[in-house]
Amino acid sequence: MSCHEPGPHHTHKNCSSDTLTGNPDPRIALIGSPNAGKTTLFNQLTGLRAKTGNYPGVTVTRRTGIAKAEGRELVIEDLPGTYSLMPVSPDEQVVSDVLNGKLDEDQPPDAAIVVMDATTVERSLILVGQVLDLGLPTIVVVTMVDELADRGGYIDREALQSILGVPVVEIVGTKGIGVDEVRGLLHDPTSWPRPVITPPTEPTEQAAWIDSVLTTILHEPPSGHRRTAAIDRALLHPVIGVLIFLLVMLGFFQVIFTVAKPIQDWIGALFDSAGDWVEAHVTWAPLASLISDGVLGGVGTVIQFLPQILLLFLMISFLENVGYMSRAALVMDRAMGTIGLEGRCFVSLLSSYACAVPGIMSTRTIPSSRDRIATMMVAPMMTCSARIPVYTLFIAAFVPATKVWGPIGLQGLVLFGLYLLGTVSAMIVAAILKRTSLRSDKLPFYMEMPPYRVPGWRLVLTQCWDSCKYFLRKAGTIILGTSVILWILLHIPVVTPPAQLNDQQAASYQMQHSIAGTVGRAVEPVFKPLGFNWEINVALIASLSAREVFVATLGQITSAQSDNTKDITTSLQQQTYPNGEKVYTAPTVAAILVFFVYALQCMSTVAVMRRETNSRRWPLFAFTYMFALAWIMGWVAHTITTALTT
Amino acid sequence: MEQELTLSTLERGERAVISYVAGDDAVATRLGHLGFLPGTEIQTIRRAPFGDPTIYALRGNQMCLRRAETERIIISPAEVA
Repeated sequence: MSCHEPGPHHTHKNCSSDTLTGNPDPRIALIGSPNAGKTTLFNQLTGLRAKTGNYPGVTVTRRTGIAKAEGRELVIEDLPGTYSLMPVSPDEQVVSDVLNGKLDEDQPPDAAIVVMDATTVERSLILVGQVLDLGLPTIVVVTMVDELADRGGYIDREALQSILGVPVVEIVGTKGIGVDEVRGLLHDPTSWPRPVITPPTEPTEQAAWIDSVLTTILHEPPSGHRRTAAIDRALLHPVIGVLIFLLVMLGFFQVIFTVAKPIQDWIGALFDSAGDWVEAHVTWAPLASLISDGVLGGVGTVIQFLPQILLLFLMISFLENVGYMSRAALVMDRAMGTIGLEGRCFVSLLSSYACAVPGIMSTRTIPSSRDRIATMMVAPMMTCSARIPVYTLFIAAFVPATKVWGPIGLQGLVLFGLYLLGTVSAMIVAAILKRTSLRSDKLPFYMEMPPYRVPGWRLVLTQCWDSCKYFLRKAGTIILGTSVILWILLHIPVVTPPAQLNDQQAASYQMQHSIAGTVGRAVEPVFKPLGFNWEINVALIASLSAREVFVATLGQITSAQSDNTKDITTSLQQQTYPNGEKVYTAPTVAAILVFFVYALQCMSTVAVMRRETNSRRWPLFAFTYMFALAWIMGWVAHTITTALTT
Repeated sequence: MEQELTLSTLERGERAVISYVAGDDAVATRLGHLGFLPGTEIQTIRRAPFGDPTIYALRGNQMCLRRAETERIIISPAEVA
């Protein structure tokens, strides 16, 4: 006998001790459509003590938290926002599976809270009806009642409670009003009243049921959101709207390059001086290079980009919560439609300019799984911040700082060209994918236009922090690990260099004959057409873990080989082959830069693709095609530049 | 029989009532769950800057759809309802 069956002798105490899973705390699922205020209620109930993880076998983040009510602990499960319990997107599939007990727990949750936006009662009742049909003990939480009142709308809560047959609580999530009332009910779901009859499911009957509910609760719809109408008049205007859109995008990139720059330089200087200190105090040169170039250099480049990443995520989270991202998606939908994608894919690709990891995670809002996979497959080609250290190092070292036109210099143009190359290539690949293996399944395109709202800063900051954690973890694990392993591979086995060599030549000889050097020389034939030598090959292989490692690795190799010029830019400029030819010629530099536009050198991205597509095939495909593209385009760049410079 | 009007013909600012969604597939079901149910009042709010998709107001919220879907939604003029 299930403990969900209501019965006079069934108190929650014996119910929970009967539970086979051994979890004594009742699980309560939080259900609601996107933008209904579900996450705010979750944060209020659990006090931000959320545990995030993943649902087994699927790709969607699982968020659970503990709510305390009358000395009892309850597990609140924040389900992804959904319009319907009949799943279309992967997120919705999770909602349906959790509620039907098809996921790991093997049993449905003990109760449900369905969150309903008071300003969209007519639509929200569809989902409420579907939840009531599940037969779980349910509470309906009506959010945004303040906004409903402000806009002259009305609903009779008592009447709603009696017609639905379940407890109804009104809350103002952002101010915490009504949350205690929800908490008061939580401790004993078995005592909640249950509906006598369940709502119908056939469309016409459903419409009639909603109409009867609306009449009973004396529903007065809110007047149009005046602020939203006024803002949309400008933001969605055929001319002004597009101009504002371009301005927002410009501001977005302006932040990448200017606002975060001073903080970035400061952090960079801090790591540099730490490196100097190490070099001054650690006498054994290889160890000094491990600490200063490997550890501090590798981790430093990532930490250096944290302010920028933080600002970018802050902007994305703010624009999303204020309601602008939906408008940006709407503006771009037509253009994205021509390559077979939709407006929301644009938002994901935009985030990928900061980092492909959150970009790929944000594809969850795209209902069509094919559009979603196509977006993931090209997201890593958007120029992410990890490429910036590589681009800036090589552009500063090898592209002359000449002015081309007005304030626009050649260096800036090259950087812009690399951004453009990545973006255009991503669009072309997406278009090809959408016309071949990922041709659209027949799903309707739909997107809600939420009213503009002032976002709660806590929500924005929490989302922002969630994204930044990825970065710090990457710095602490992948990059640190690669740097250390690489250092070891560059120094073993210890060989005895021929006696006539000087110190630098000896160091170079040692590296050439180390494990890493041997591998670098072994793949020389592969990269010869691109003009890469074994040092570049080693750095390239190491950078498969994370792009930033490329710079740190070249730093490790060159600083050991060159005389005390510690500056990596100068050592790269001066590096020559034994015959006196320069290593970094224009064609080679062009090939390196173009290679970095395409290659998927990022284990975090591969891992997140693996998780989000729940397959090995897609990340393998992405890695392979991007590597092939990187080699081919690098070769093309090498060939063209050779033709131009000779 | 008179020719049926589709939502795609509803100009900016005009109102109508949804008669039904043509077809019996996942698209129709989903549109129903989004609120495009028979008898629902609907108004065209505005078209996106590049002409498609279009924002509609219905059931207290704003939802945008592309032309392909709006051609499947059959409407009748608002005053008849």
